[in-house]
Formats: sequence, structure tokens, C-alpha cells
Amino acid sequence: MAHGPEKGIARWVLATNHKDIGILYLWFSFAMFIVGGSFAMIIRAELFQPGLQLVMPEFFNQMTTMHGLVMVFGAVMPAFVGLANYMIPVMIGAPDMALPRMNNLSFWILPFAFAVLLASLFMEGGGPNFGWTFYAPLSTTYAPPSVTYFIFGVHLMGISSIMGAINIIATIMNMRAPGMTLMKMPLFVWTWLITAFLLVAVMPVLAGAVTMMLMDIHFGTSFFSAAGGGDPVLFQHIFWFFGHPEVYIIILPAFGVISEIIPTFSRKPLFGYASMVYATAAIAFLSFIVWAHHMFTVGMPLIGELYFMWATMFIAVPTAAKVFNWITTMFKGSLTFETPMLFSIAFVFLFTLGGLTGLMLAIAPADMQYHDSYFVVAHFHYTMVAGAIFSLSASVYYWLPKWTGRMYDETMGKVHFWVAFIGFNLTFFPQHFLGLAGMPRRIPDYTTQFTDFNMMSSIGAFTYGLAQLIFLFNVIRTIYFGKKTEKEQTWESAQGLEWTLPSPLPYHTFERPPEVK
Amino acid sequence: MEQQGKWLVAKLVAAVIAMFAFGFALVPLYDVFCEVTGINGKTNTEAYQGKVKGIDKTREIKVQFVARNNDAMPWTFKPVKKTLTVHPGESVLTHFYVKNPVAKNMVGQAIPSVSPGRAAAYFHKTACFCFERQPLDGLKDTKMPLVFVVDHDLPKDIKTITLAYTLFDVTDKQMDSAQLSAN
Repeated sequence: MAHGPEKGIARWVLATNHKDIGILYLWFSFAMFIVGGSFAMIIRAELFQPGLQLVMPEFFNQMTTMHGLVMVFGAVMPAFVGLANYMIPVMIGAPDMALPRMNNLSFWILPFAFAVLLASLFMEGGGPNFGWTFYAPLSTTYAPPSVTYFIFGVHLMGISSIMGAINIIATIMNMRAPGMTLMKMPLFVWTWLITAFLLVAVMPVLAGAVTMMLMDIHFGTSFFSAAGGGDPVLFQHIFWFFGHPEVYIIILPAFGVISEIIPTFSRKPLFGYASMVYATAAIAFLSFIVWAHHMFTVGMPLIGELYFMWATMFIAVPTAAKVFNWITTMFKGSLTFETPMLFSIAFVFLFTLGGLTGLMLAIAPADMQYHDSYFVVAHFHYTMVAGAIFSLSASVYYWLPKWTGRMYDETMGKVHFWVAFIGFNLTFFPQHFLGLAGMPRRIPDYTTQFTDFNMMSSIGAFTYGLAQLIFLFNVIRTIYFGKKTEKEQTWESAQGLEWTLPSPLPYHTFERPPEVK
Repeated sequence: MEQQGKWLVAKLVAAVIAMFAFGFALVPLYDVFCEVTGINGKTNTEAYQGKVKGIDKTREIKVQFVARNNDAMPWTFKPVKKTLTVHPGESVLTHFYVKNPVAKNMVGQAIPSVSPGRAAAYFHKTACFCFERQPLDGLKDTKMPLVFVVDHDLPKDIKTITLAYTLFDVTDKQMDSAQLSAN
């Protein structure tokens, strides 16, 4: 007889069970999502009208910076690591993650990392105010004194992500049930395997970049200072060598989630499984050789601009293959539109829009106009919010009955979806027009002709914020009051090992590996 | 965990360390890349030692000089002559004027950049005030020399070369290294 969880707080502090750690990650990321979201609310409240109303420009800069950092490193990445912890072992028929104690450490570093980062907001000179991309010399010569805490925080997050990634690779490579060959793995597992390799490859480069900043600030080196023979543009190259793979680290697990959900509610197997795997690998490879498309305006030689433009556009090919496969999976399927499916269809539609504006931005001569404008903000929020966050909402509704043994309220789920969908589009669609009309990003004020679109955008943002409270309400309500369901197959035609297990998932699963045919 | 798993984790940890090192290796790699391709407009940082063939009187190159200050630098900094017309292979001496308007001894460092970037590899400085830090006592002025040669192999379509200097205040850094060497 397997022993159950420990009593009280020790269950969480000493957690080594992959489900407990998954729960910790998911709740932590939701808390960070609310923190980062409140920063966004401050930004949108200030931008509701032209002129300065609520906050000083210095604080506004800290808000844009912290919003980006908290959302990328605190909300989206840990949320997907949490999903990976919870779902990968039950998807591949393993009893737990390969390195359970390291798993505990990699989670428990995170609250400290973010305590350090968020504490810098209250320090003399304020928190980080140089944008989430922390370009030198803004983040070195002109940085507030608290930048050292920021660097330390980034180091901690990096260590946490790397340990998480190593754990995931070790689990997937060594602990699959007999018969679970690589090409039989669910796509969520595949996309996470590739994501984990990306993490191992680029998080150390980020650590290197912040270490160089630290040395420039405190030890008199000149990596990024031209006066001492360094080069500020070098910082951008190193940062984006990390930063571009980073955006795929965020979106590839989302692709995986969507590839699980769409077949279930289409009642058809996923179209083009193998091509999905190859497309994911191709995107991951391409992500390493396109970084300078974030830097078209730094004064690269023509040949550099052309190379990075073409290489970037080439990413559209594997991505389009994926979108094609999702649509073809739905084609002639017997579709039903439960909440996870609604979020997934919205994902496909909105992410594709974000991809399209990405293609526009990839055109180097056009990017001279779009660069650092609200068009860029709209573009990456279509991929990061409608991409990553929508897929996370979808996955929570999809697996919540499996996790809790209780069914969420379908009507409330649909309310959440529609409020989120309308709020999201109202927020970010007008930002395309603002950007094309020339409104620069990261500035607390604007000329009066931008007022209407900014008001729409702010109202949309508050709506989208409200949607997250509905989400929180739905989840808590499900956990305590949801209608009990003991069905193994929550969804009529869901495929995969997790649906062969009872709901809620027992504390220990697959202590004996299942047979995979 | 079984042996195979431990070996995999060891390899992954090694990969992490290697990528951390690679991040630092990018610093010299970019320099090498820019030097080979000449795309950063960076010129030689030490006196040019190569041989110069005779003067090519048939060709004239316009060389423009630009001087500007990094934002915290109070010095006056300007070229004595804004443009020169030179022949390839000709060794040319020119000067830049600096004045320290503050009653404080300071140290400046000029960083050159050549455009078009393609010309950087063909613009040789045999003596330059930018090779070293330039100390200047408070309220003093001086003329700083530059000797350069334009290479014969300069691509035919380049008729004008612009040499831009940015002057940085490195007084504090100079103090740091002076203290370091004193210790």
C-alpha cells in the first residue's frame, strides 16, 4: 500500500512527488500572473488618457520592465514547467520525475528569486527600469543601484529553469513505459523535450550576459562599454541569442497542449503527427539562427539584414505546417465546443494573426518603421497571451477534472472564455493601428490623436484582467464544489495514458509501468 | 537512478557549463567575426606595421573627420581640418583639438569608427591618439596627432571615407587602474 502525502506544510516544503511540485508550480505561476497583471493594469490605467495622471515616468518604466520580467520568467515559464511536472510522468507511464529532490530545489528557488526581484521595487532608486530586455548601457551605466538584485534574481531563475529542464530530459529519455517509443509519445511530451533542450542551451547564455553586466558594473570590466573597448551592441547580440530561443521555449509547450486538446474535441486523431514533431524540431533549430531580427535598426550591414530577414521568414514554413495540421485535424471532425476547445480554437486563430504580424516585422526595411512601436507590442502579445496564456487556460480546463476528480462548470468556463477573448482582442487589436500610426512603446504619454485607441485598449485590458478573476473563481469553485466525476475518460475520445487512470489522479501512479501497444 | 540516467544528467550538466562558457566566448567571437568581415567599422587598435607601396597619384580619396563627445564628457573636441583629400599610399598627418574646460585633471579615451564599414580594413592608422588614454590637466588644451594611410586595395567604388571619433570620459576608470597598480 502506497503511502499518502505528508501532513500539513511539510507536504509542500519537502515535496518530491511530481504532482505536488506541479501544483506548487501552477499556483506560484498564477500568483505571479496576477502580480505581473497588476503591473499591466497600472500601465493601462496611466495610458487611458494622454498626459501624466497616475504615476511618474520613472515608475512607469519600472512597471513595463517588471511586467515583462514577471510574466515571462514568473508566470508563463513556471506554468509550463508545472504542467510538465504534473503531466509528463502520467503521459509516458512513469512513476515520478527522474530527479525528485532536484525537482523540489528547482521549484523552491523560484519564490526567493522573485522575492529578490520584486523587493528591488522598494529600494532606493527604484527597481529595474530598463525594459525586460535590459539593454546595456541602460542596465549598466545608467541602471538604478538595485540592478545587482535584478542580476541575482535572474541568476536564480536561470538555475531553476536549467534544473527543471535537465529533470524533464532525464525523465523523458529514461523513464518511458515499455513500448512507449519516441514516436509514440504524446505531442506535449515531444514539445517539452525539445523545449528542455532549448533551455539547457540558452539559459546559460543569459546567465553569462547578466554576469558580464555584473562585472561591468562592479569589477571595472568593459564588455558593453565602448570607452573601455567593449561594445553595447554586443549585449544585444548575446541577449537575443538567448532571447529568440526563449520565445519558442514559451510557445512550444503551448503547441503541445493544443495538439492534445484539438484531437480530443474533434474526435479524430491528430493529423500529421510525425510532421508536427519535425516541425517542432525545425522551429527549435531555426530559433538559434535568427536572433538579430530583433536588431534590424542597430546598423547592420545589408548582407546581415538580408540573411536575418530570410532566415526569419523561413520559420513561417514549419509553423504554417503546424497550423495546417490543427485545422486539418478539425476538418470533418465531429466537433464540440467545450471550454478547452474554445480556447484552443482561439489559440489557432489568434496565434496565426500574431504569426502574420511577425512576418511583417521580419521584413527588414518595413521593420525600420515598426521597430519599438506598439505594433511590436501587439504582435508579441498575440503570440504570448493568445498563444501561451490561452493554451494554459485551455490546459487547466482540460486536465482539471483529472487533477481534482471534479467537473468545472461549463457555463462559467464559457463566460471566462468569452470575457477573455473579447477583452484580449479589445486590448491588443487597436495597438496594431497605434503602432502603424507611430506610437512608440514604453512611454507613459502620447499625443492626443492616439487617445481613442488607447482608451479602447485600456478598457480591454481591465476586461481581460477581470477574466482572470473569473478563471480563479472557476478553479477554486471546481476544487471545492465541482460535481464529482470518477470517470477515467473525462472527455469522450481523449487519447493518452493519463485517461486510463482514475480521477482524481491517485497520489502515486504507474508504480508498475503500463503496457503501451 | 540507473547508470544510463546518471550519465545523461552528467552530459546535460556539461552542456550547461559549455553553453555558459560559450556565452563568454561570443565576446571574442564577435570581434573576430567583425574583424574578418570588417562590418563593424572597427579599425586597428594598435599602430599599423604593414608596408606601404608607393603613392597612387591617379586616385583621390576624400577623408572626412567627425568628432563627438559621449554624453558625460565636457571637453571641447574637434578636428583641426574637417576634410582632407588624400592619395592611396600617402602617409598623412592631421590633428584633433581638445580642451578641458573643467578645473580638474581628466582622462579621455577616443573610440574610432569608420564608415562605410567596408573601408575599415583599408584605413590604416600608423599613429593615433586613440591608441592610448589621453590625460589632460584642468583648463588646458592640446592638439592630438593622427597619422594614417589609405590602402591601395580600397574598393574602387569608395570615394569618401568618414572617420568618426567618440570621446569618452574615463577619468574614474583611470583612477581605478592606478589604484590597482599601486596596490
